[in-house]
Amino acid sequence: MLALIPLAILIYRALTNDLGANPIETINRYTGDWVLRFLMLTLAVTPLRRLTGWNGLLRYRRMLGLFAFFYACLHFLSYAWLDQYFVLADIIKDVIKRPYITVGFASFLMLIPLALTSTNAMIRRLGAKRWQQLHRLVYLIGIGGVVHFLWLVKSDIREPLVYGVVLALLLGFRLWDRRRRTPDVIPSGAVR
Amino acid sequence: MRKPADIKPSEITPKEIYLNRRRFLREAAAVAAAGASAALLPCVTQAGQKIPNARKSPLSTGEKPTSVQDITSYNNFYEFGTDKKDPARNAQNFRTFPWSVAIEGEVKKPAVYPFEDFLKHFPLEERIYRLRCVEAWSMVVPWVGFPLRDLIRRLEPTSRAKYVEFTTLHDPEQMPGQKPGLFGAGLDWPYVEGLRLDEAMHPLTILAVGLYGEMLPNQNGAPIRLVVPWKYGFKSIKSIVKIRFVEKQPLTTWMKAGPSEYGFYSNVNPTVDHPRWSQAAERRIGEDSLFSPKRKTLMFNGYAEQVASLYTGMDLKKFF
Repeated sequence: MLALIPLAILIYRALTNDLGANPIETINRYTGDWVLRFLMLTLAVTPLRRLTGWNGLLRYRRMLGLFAFFYACLHFLSYAWLDQYFVLADIIKDVIKRPYITVGFASFLMLIPLALTSTNAMIRRLGAKRWQQLHRLVYLIGIGGVVHFLWLVKSDIREPLVYGVVLALLLGFRLWDRRRRTPDVIPSGAVR
Repeated sequence: MRKPADIKPSEITPKEIYLNRRRFLREAAAVAAAGASAALLPCVTQAGQKIPNARKSPLSTGEKPTSVQDITSYNNFYEFGTDKKDPARNAQNFRTFPWSVAIEGEVKKPAVYPFEDFLKHFPLEERIYRLRCVEAWSMVVPWVGFPLRDLIRRLEPTSRAKYVEFTTLHDPEQMPGQKPGLFGAGLDWPYVEGLRLDEAMHPLTILAVGLYGEMLPNQNGAPIRLVVPWKYGFKSIKSIVKIRFVEKQPLTTWMKAGPSEYGFYSNVNPTVDHPRWSQAAERRIGEDSLFSPKRKTLMFNGYAEQVASLYTGMDLKKFF
């Protein structure tokens, strides 16, 4: 369970009083970082599988995605509980008023149906095709996550840009791969 | 018997040494005299040296000061990096001696003053102030400094002076955050801040040279910085090298970076939000526990009684 190591480190730092002067900010940033990292890892499975032909990778994709959701839950919890003290009115105001929180919250909401439909039984119930369509939401979630980070920083945009570049490569690969695999189809209505 | 040699001592001692000795005595006397009034002089070579005899000020808050560890390890000082831990790491070799401050613009006595002059001319006091950052956290800081008004009075601004503009050192060699990177920190260097003249003359506004009874640590803005306790922290510019008296409102660094987010006044105001942070509440560094709610932010950071009159008749939503 390598994916739990970040959480273990965070708990260890909390217990040893090593979270810095503003522990809540540290916890919030730390969990947010790991959401983005697990999202990127999840999105990296398909390109890696295509490039290396190593289909065994597919087994890890669900788990990576669920860990992205797990850290997203912690991230949201640290915001709602530690930062906002569960004051619902303030949270709602924040979500509506501040674009970076709106985008972050929307991405979190989109992750929920993906997590709920991650079981084999749900794939069968939905049918592979519909399931896949639903899970394409992850592209939107990835973009939302990066935008959320980008809009949050005050002036030094280097770190969110790194995630942005990685995301662009991962999504760009899919576009390129799709074009490569499907020959150009002439629309049936086009007469010339 | 031989006649004793009729030679004056001055003829034996080479003339240069003889004159040098006189000069040495004269200079030694001058140094001794100056030493009495500038007992602090040896201190200015190094951050962290003790400041003797700083008077306690009645303008100090009785609140418990934040720990020296938190005040010196949690800093926004983008010249040394954008992470709050960066300044403590990257400012250690920052040279603050010799240091001088240029006084320019609409004043009768423009000049470049050595930093030691400030220590010599203005009695230092301890001012324990609340500090509220625009990012919705706060601290209580025991500054050591002197009222800016004392300096301004001595400089005698002309009647044309309406604003005071401050500038931080620009030295990318020493301040890595100022290096033009691929994307940089996105700020225009050097850092510029400003106050209206009456704000600068307010008794609460000080120039700080110390913290917790010692010379300012580099990451806190050594050797001399502004402290305006009723405004968000970024107004209190660090490591000042220039003070200019001007007719027009200065364009500050953060106004340039985000005109919709950072105004000229930047008074602490719980009723006017920053686009990214609610300003209604704040987290007190080092004091509040992980699971305690934030504390309510006070109008003008709790200094309303003293400063509200500066802004009578102004729409603080417009002049944010």
